[in-house]
Amino acid sequence: MCLAVPGKIESITGERELRSGVVNFGGVQKEINLAFVPEAKIADFVMVHVGFAISVVDEAEATTVLGYLQQMGELGELEELK
Amino acid sequence: MKFVDEYRDREKAEQYARAIRTEATRPWSIMEVCGGQTHTIVKYAIDEILRDKITLLHGPGCPVCVTPLELIDKACEIATRPDVIFCSYGDMLRVPGSHTDLFTVKARGGDVRIVYSPMNALELAKANPTKQVVFFAVGFETTAPANAMAVFQAKQQGISNFSVLVSHVLVPPAIEAVLSAPDNRTQAFLAAGHVCTVMGYEEYRPLSEKYRVPIVVTGFEPLDILQGVLMCVRQLENGRAEVENQYARSVREFGNVPAQDLIGQVFRVIPRKWRGVGEIPQSGFGLAAEFAEYDAELRFGVADLTVEEDRECIAGEVLRGVKKPQECPAFGGRCTPDHPLGATMVSNEGACAAYYQYRRHEAKAAVGSER
Ligand code: SF4
Repeated sequence: MCLAVPGKIESITGERELRSGVVNFGGVQKEINLAFVPEAKIADFVMVHVGFAISVVDEAEATTVLGYLQQMGELGELEELK
Repeated sequence: MKFVDEYRDREKAEQYARAIRTEATRPWSIMEVCGGQTHTIVKYAIDEILRDKITLLHGPGCPVCVTPLELIDKACEIATRPDVIFCSYGDMLRVPGSHTDLFTVKARGGDVRIVYSPMNALELAKANPTKQVVFFAVGFETTAPANAMAVFQAKQQGISNFSVLVSHVLVPPAIEAVLSAPDNRTQAFLAAGHVCTVMGYEEYRPLSEKYRVPIVVTGFEPLDILQGVLMCVRQLENGRAEVENQYARSVREFGNVPAQDLIGQVFRVIPRKWRGVGEIPQSGFGLAAEFAEYDAELRFGVADLTVEEDRECIAGEVLRGVKKPQECPAFGGRCTPDHPLGATMVSNEGACAAYYQYRRHEAKAAVGSER
């Protein structure tokens, strides 16, 4: 129910509450309402929930999670524990 | 797909799990609030991997599960009418009301349709001017902007044969209900990432301070959950109780402001009944007075309908993290996803259904050996 899926904006039309666009989800394209992400541009990734984009995905933050362990310098310690 | 596959990286997940086990010097109980997270946790066996150190409690986080019986009854009643096209997300169809469900209403000839978005329902209303189109507006704060938009556009475009049956529930009051219960076991929370994407996480600060409990806004992929748990463990181990944001790629501190603005126009905060839990003050959205003409309860005269809940089902305790699904005597026997007794078995985000799908055999064995 609360899941949102990331997709890439391919085109944008309309304004204000009618702002919408085509979003590509790994090859599947859908028309999505973009009214709640006025800052989103073509090629941005957005989180989409029930036909609405609810946020623009921050790519730098997305990579942070993946690199978190290394950044905290824990990887070395953990290797030693093996 | 980008951002999805990477977050399911097995090796990184194992590193996180090891870090959690190393840093936790004693057992901790952490509650995930969202059913989407429960599903990930059970599917990827994250609770099993951490079992020796962390107990993951499954919270009240599935709007389908907590929708009160009478709302399902109201939906069935409206959907039975010959002039109505009743639209809902698919998972609401099998939720049992006190005597029937929407799926049965449909099988008996009711025009019940599954839609992906409330905007699909609005389109149907435009295309069928001689029918009344009703949308079942369930959900947490995450779905509220979409539902608000459908109502807002209906009014702007003068579409008068459209209405919504609203059953919106809010997460912070549910967290407070869990924390203030005398049998509470939860020591930290993973807050639901997409609820916070919409609402931000300001409103969790007073809760975290008042109950001295860490709250970490967390995403839905296996790595997100593991990192969220690690952040909770670090706070617990250091005696801190703060609100932190693991899911910063989607969640900003103040949330999605344009979405909140529209929610504020279309909805107002009201008390709501939660299935299995009872009424929680200020815990839901209802339509604001200016949009009352789109309220399906008023339009179809079902606002006063109330009913009692089934006494056998312990979904209320499951929802508050007090009991696990397999502790219910009906689990897997009289209650299955095909014949659900309670809502936590119906939606695949419900804790009972998740356990049934992934844990049925072990659960039975475990219960058997306890006896
Ligand atoms: S197993 Fe069925 S009856 Fe038992 S708590 Fe879960 S939904 Fe209710």
